[in-house]
Amino acid sequence: MSNPNTGTPLVELRDISISFGGIKAVDHVSIDLHPGEVVGLLGHNGAGKSTLIKCLSGAYRKDAGQILINGHEVDIKDPRDARTHNIETIYQTLALADNIDAASNLFLGRELVNSFGFLDDSRMEAETRKIMARLNPNFKKFNVPVSALSGGQRQSVAIARAVYFNAKILIMDEPTAALGPQETQMVAELIQELKAQGLGIFLIEHDIHSVMKLCDRAVVMKNGQRVGCVNVNEVTDEDILGMIILGKKPPQAY
Amino acid sequence: MSDTSHSPQTQTHPDGAVARFLKATEIDPRLLGMVGALLLIWVGFHLYGALVLGEGNFLTPRNLWNLSVQTASIGIMATGMVLIIITRNIDLSVGSIVGVVGMYTGLLQVEWLPQSMGLGNPMIWVIAVVFAVALGALIGWLHGLLIAYLAIPSFIVTLGGLMVWRGMAFLASSGRTISPVDERFSLLGGGPYGSIGAMGSWILCIIACAGVAWAVTRGRAARKLHGFALRPMWAEYFVGALSCGLILVATLVVNAYPWPKGILKDYYASIGQEVPEGAFIAHGFAYPVIIMVVVVLAMTVLMTRTRFGRYVFAIGGNPEAAALSGINTRAMTVKIFTLMGALAGVAAVIASARLNSATNALGDLDELMVIAAAVVGGTSLAGGVGTIYGAIIGALVLVSLQTGMVLIGFGDGSYRKIVIGVALVLAVYLDIIYRKRIK
Repeated sequence: MSNPNTGTPLVELRDISISFGGIKAVDHVSIDLHPGEVVGLLGHNGAGKSTLIKCLSGAYRKDAGQILINGHEVDIKDPRDARTHNIETIYQTLALADNIDAASNLFLGRELVNSFGFLDDSRMEAETRKIMARLNPNFKKFNVPVSALSGGQRQSVAIARAVYFNAKILIMDEPTAALGPQETQMVAELIQELKAQGLGIFLIEHDIHSVMKLCDRAVVMKNGQRVGCVNVNEVTDEDILGMIILGKKPPQAY
Repeated sequence: MSDTSHSPQTQTHPDGAVARFLKATEIDPRLLGMVGALLLIWVGFHLYGALVLGEGNFLTPRNLWNLSVQTASIGIMATGMVLIIITRNIDLSVGSIVGVVGMYTGLLQVEWLPQSMGLGNPMIWVIAVVFAVALGALIGWLHGLLIAYLAIPSFIVTLGGLMVWRGMAFLASSGRTISPVDERFSLLGGGPYGSIGAMGSWILCIIACAGVAWAVTRGRAARKLHGFALRPMWAEYFVGALSCGLILVATLVVNAYPWPKGILKDYYASIGQEVPEGAFIAHGFAYPVIIMVVVVLAMTVLMTRTRFGRYVFAIGGNPEAAALSGINTRAMTVKIFTLMGALAGVAAVIASARLNSATNALGDLDELMVIAAAVVGGTSLAGGVGTIYGAIIGALVLVSLQTGMVLIGFGDGSYRKIVIGVALVLAVYLDIIYRKRIK
């Protein structure tokens, strides 16, 4: 079997390597992502998934390899570069500043300002209210620091931040790890909706069932190397588990 | 670090009258607590004087005016220290920066510039002030570079700075005291001539009250535009009236403090007149106090209305998140320390102008007062939390304790230090209790 997608990928990571102090965290890994597709990234802790994806989000700089967006090579030096290419990331840690409110976090680094260059807090709060009404209608705590929010509420702030700025490429690092069943369902619906809008989504996930349900393809990594890629509808849970645990490539993988 | 389990219980409790009042007016209860503590200290010293010594001399126009001038240099630096501490750093060097900047600025205007520009040239003070601020900023910038780009902890860099700059100040003049400073420059330190007088103070009072009215109206309009909940009308009036009332009281106080007899005599002699019967010339607001107010307003706008201020808070709350949001945290650190240095330069101008000389001891131990002021004012050493107005109230509290102890006859240093030390620990303890209780 092979990649069912044709045409130019939205994102292509080619031969990416990065090491820390002599340890190869990512070792010549290539993956791609097409519009309207959800690609799962799986592997043990320390397999290199997060590190690989951080080269795309600008948190790390790759040692070697190429990043192509819509077929053009791009240079991503820092998170700002990633954002200019419409790459948005929801980090596992959520990356929220706990001491400031939801609107301040949503617009952090991209604040709305008035004609004098001063922060337009009212407009930012109004925009935050709008997007939250769509994502999480129960969200009401707009004027308190996000440290006062529940795990799910914090998650929705982090998601709102990624969605608000018209992302084309979305990276989600274990978006449901800290959530209850209802909120997990909400995230799943959101992923379907964004996918339908034509976004490409990289989903780092430990839960095999979520992967089977949400992803089109799954790439498995082990010890910094790519084990293989499978079309999720052609394999079983056991096949994927075998790839993760044993590094065993099923015949369908490519 | 991230504490997700709790949510503030204040909303779920049935609110009492005080809580409802605070909610409606949106007055920070901690601000109320700090102001209450300050008033308690003032009244306490005054009563002690009145009851034990037979003369209450704390709540007098003279003492309050002096208090305002003495607070200026510490207060100005405390506003910068707030930013430093919010971003989880510390600056131990500000006192020594005051020393070295004061010394070089003294040499510049007393020994160097008069040679080329002539003694008493009206531009000397301008050059001296620009030089002082620039030198302070340069030193802060250097500290910032070492902290941000070489990753040396700020505690170490500024502890080194504490010693280096104090040593440099001594070397600059071989330990001499440079005096007197330029005549116009010395006005920046306050004093009868270094104040704007009664008329000027009233004009400032009116401008300030108009500013309050404008701010309240504008705030309401902005909320209306986006359909947010409005403060009740009475609360708007209350906040506006309270602010204007405080400004009015301050103006009345500084306008009730007359020039001393000697200065009156000199003044009338200089315009060729006899001192008239019952002559009364008020001090009005002193220049250093006006400088402090301008700094406070500018720093408040910077912290609450600009991207820079937002990034300061974000870095303090979560440095990694700030970096992942595309904020250049290193450049921010350099800017924050540069700003701190520039403010120390301003403080050096005021301190040396007030003394009318540059001495080796200028600014000695100021760093401790400045850090204590910020912390007493509610700035959290854990980072992420702090306000400019809090730092100013903190500075007022500490300077009040200092002058109060002198006024009631315990001014010989030891008691003063004990009281200030105890007050610092107590203030932080009360803040911890408060924070626990609101959770």
